[in-house]
Amino acid sequence: MTETTKTPATPPADATPAPTPRGLIPLPLAAARALLLTGGIATAASTFLAWTWTSDFPGDLTVTGYPGGLQWLTFIAGALTAIFALASYGTRGLGWLIPARNNAPLVLTALGAFAVTWFTAIEIAAKLGGLANWEPGTYIAVIASLIPVLGAFALPQTAGETTKDTLKAYIAKPDRIPAPQPISPWAQRAVITIASIIGLAVFTYGIDTEYGELFIGFLIVVVFAVWALHTAGLLDRFSHMVAANRSFTLAMGFLVAIAFPFTQNDDHYANIGVNILIFGTVALGLNIVVGLAGLLDLGYVAFLGVGAYTAALVSGSEFSKFSGVQFPFWAAALTGAAASLIFGVLIGAPTLRLRGDYLAIVTLGFGEIFRIAVNNMDGDSGPDLTNGPNGIPAIPDLNILGFNLGQPHDIAGFTLGRFANYYLLMVLIMAIVVTVYTRAADSRIGRSWIAIREDETAATAMGINGFRVKLIAFALGASLAGLAGTVSAHVTYSVVPNPYQFAGSTPPNSAFLLAAVVLGGMGTVAGPILGAALLYLLPEKLDFLQNKSLLAFGIALILLMRFRPEGIIANRRRQLEFHETGQLDVPETTTLTDEPAVTKAGA
Amino acid sequence: MRFGGLTAVRSVDFTVNSGEIVGLIGPNGAGKTTFFNCLTGLYIPTEGTVSYKGTVLPPKPHLVTQAGIARTFQNIRLFANMTVLENVLVGRHTRTKEGLWSALLRGPGFKKAEKASEDRAMELLEFIGLAHKRDHLARNLPYGEQRKLEIARALASEPGLLLLDEPTAGMNPQETRTTEELVFAIRDMGIAVLVIEHDMRFIFNLCDRVAVLVQGEKLVEGTSEVVQADERVVAAYLGEPFEGAPGEAEAAEVAAAESTTSNTKGEAQ
Repeated sequence: MTETTKTPATPPADATPAPTPRGLIPLPLAAARALLLTGGIATAASTFLAWTWTSDFPGDLTVTGYPGGLQWLTFIAGALTAIFALASYGTRGLGWLIPARNNAPLVLTALGAFAVTWFTAIEIAAKLGGLANWEPGTYIAVIASLIPVLGAFALPQTAGETTKDTLKAYIAKPDRIPAPQPISPWAQRAVITIASIIGLAVFTYGIDTEYGELFIGFLIVVVFAVWALHTAGLLDRFSHMVAANRSFTLAMGFLVAIAFPFTQNDDHYANIGVNILIFGTVALGLNIVVGLAGLLDLGYVAFLGVGAYTAALVSGSEFSKFSGVQFPFWAAALTGAAASLIFGVLIGAPTLRLRGDYLAIVTLGFGEIFRIAVNNMDGDSGPDLTNGPNGIPAIPDLNILGFNLGQPHDIAGFTLGRFANYYLLMVLIMAIVVTVYTRAADSRIGRSWIAIREDETAATAMGINGFRVKLIAFALGASLAGLAGTVSAHVTYSVVPNPYQFAGSTPPNSAFLLAAVVLGGMGTVAGPILGAALLYLLPEKLDFLQNKSLLAFGIALILLMRFRPEGIIANRRRQLEFHETGQLDVPETTTLTDEPAVTKAGA
Repeated sequence: MRFGGLTAVRSVDFTVNSGEIVGLIGPNGAGKTTFFNCLTGLYIPTEGTVSYKGTVLPPKPHLVTQAGIARTFQNIRLFANMTVLENVLVGRHTRTKEGLWSALLRGPGFKKAEKASEDRAMELLEFIGLAHKRDHLARNLPYGEQRKLEIARALASEPGLLLLDEPTAGMNPQETRTTEELVFAIRDMGIAVLVIEHDMRFIFNLCDRVAVLVQGEKLVEGTSEVVQADERVVAAYLGEPFEGAPGEAEAAEVAAAESTTSNTKGEAQ
């Protein structure tokens, strides 16, 4: 395969011929590529050997003949390395993998394979006590995964001023990515469909990981693979396709979300799914307040609490103050949303006259007031409404049009358990919230939110009633959270005051919600949902994080703010705000030289 | 207008008639921008009122804009991370009605209103010559175009009176001339213009009347000839001749500074 297509010896990424591009490790280009290809294949192949002798290590790695557990991840990473190496040869049919014709994706896939293999090997040694637990297969894997890394750093790269710059050039996205060839709309939709299915598969795999090591391995592979796709320029192309087929992508997204419970045998994972959806919905509501209107709300979880408590009170639970009252779900959802809306207006009206940090402090205060008030409304130290710290237990399951969400149902041969039912209900609620978010953002009111965020003085001078507009954002955000709260009360059987605090080790709490929005990407739809999924899964899957999760997220957020302040999924605006160099917003190419001429000719 | 013990603008009676271009000049710190902020409701005047077309305006910026007075800022205050078109659309805010519900329901009325707003905004962008940059972020425009965009944004609110705060600050002579033409064109649309400026040639070319503000008080008001001929104006800008008796202006200033009553009054017809 090596000699079938010989590309000219010119290295792919260099644009300036002046300094001769060369790798950090002095090897000829052909050797570097050969190392990448053979290393990738060897890494993938090594997973078919046994890596340890005992099945004490989770995910049986003792079998020679097929991969298991973490070996699958190594296999995928090795295969990716090999495929990208083939693409760098210019193999017909693979050229689309590296539109930017740069080395970074090769380096990153090689590093990913290296990282996941070495992580597994080290975990085996650490867990079972010593290198003696390595089988020959492990040694082969460890060495095989090192080869592509050597090859990757031997790839020619225009040297930067310092070694640091050169290293950076290896792993950064190039500035110029050639414009894609036009693809027919149907092909674009096919690509989006395939990407959605892959996304579902990856997400399902992540949720279904049974032990911490596997989840870490999964994270390593996903992070490096996504990073590689990003540096290759594929994510850019994909986001262009998404922008061109917005409604199709949204529909695909919901189809995939609906498909998720059908892929699960165990209702436990549907439980994780429903919690992620609740968390994500609330984060999306907060995104209206923080991402669009720029109001830093640190007590947002209180609105989720208001919705949950309202739903619990009218659920017909015998511990509720109104135990005789049982609203149908649509009425309970509307009541919960309305109660949150009223609280939003009540809290917003006095506080929204403040700006910036002052608003943050006051909302933090109101958030805590809610929790403490609910804690005290037990009939002893306050009016008897919420049962105090005991909360309202025994909330009955929802029954929508004779469909009891508490019972497992068989649909088309798949058994949907209790949590899967609630999951599907939450998908519906998420669809409502996404629609509300996108429609509100792209309208007169959405523009005035952004204007207020950008410059409140100028916005009011343009005729925007700042207070009114901010109050609408606050109230809308609150009612969306309340809506999610009504479902969450039924999912968890009971409501207690404790989760609705500012910061705690498990989501949702205000700090986690804000972190989900910031981490995922402010002002985007997908960002907060992705952030919520990450922030929910990490403490759930990684047992050792349990009591250090706040510390870990603090560090993660600091790192993110340093290296990618716009969040994982960047809003176009924010990306430009933080990285001024790339004129990404210029649709047609205008050179700088003709701009003064335009100014003179204008008016 | 007083800030604590400092009286920034005092007893300025001022009228702009429709179809007029009026200049407001004065040395730095004379209180020109403070006067603007009083007019547009950003500051609440300690004393005095602003009336427009016979009605007294409340000191709330959005209500002032609603009534028909739009402004630009001395240091450009565009919505930097919005596109050129979106900036102008924000200016349309007071002339459109669609609230949250219609945005969520997306009825035919909403689409029609959005389309009309966009058409109007594009007309304004054509007018100032930025239509080809509608999808650029405002922050990426060159300085002169940012100034123009700010004017377009103000015009989008369909004002009867446009307040321009130093529209040519930092511009080269050529850009100043295009701005001059732009202001004339705005006047021809039937919009009265009140403009603060330091560029005297610009002011005297442009304005039907000029008022001079010195240390928060109106020194003189009249046509360019009257103002240019006034010795007190020359003195305020260039200082008194060292020899010779103190001018009337100085005496008046001293007297004024000693009096404790103050009265801020701005009137716009």
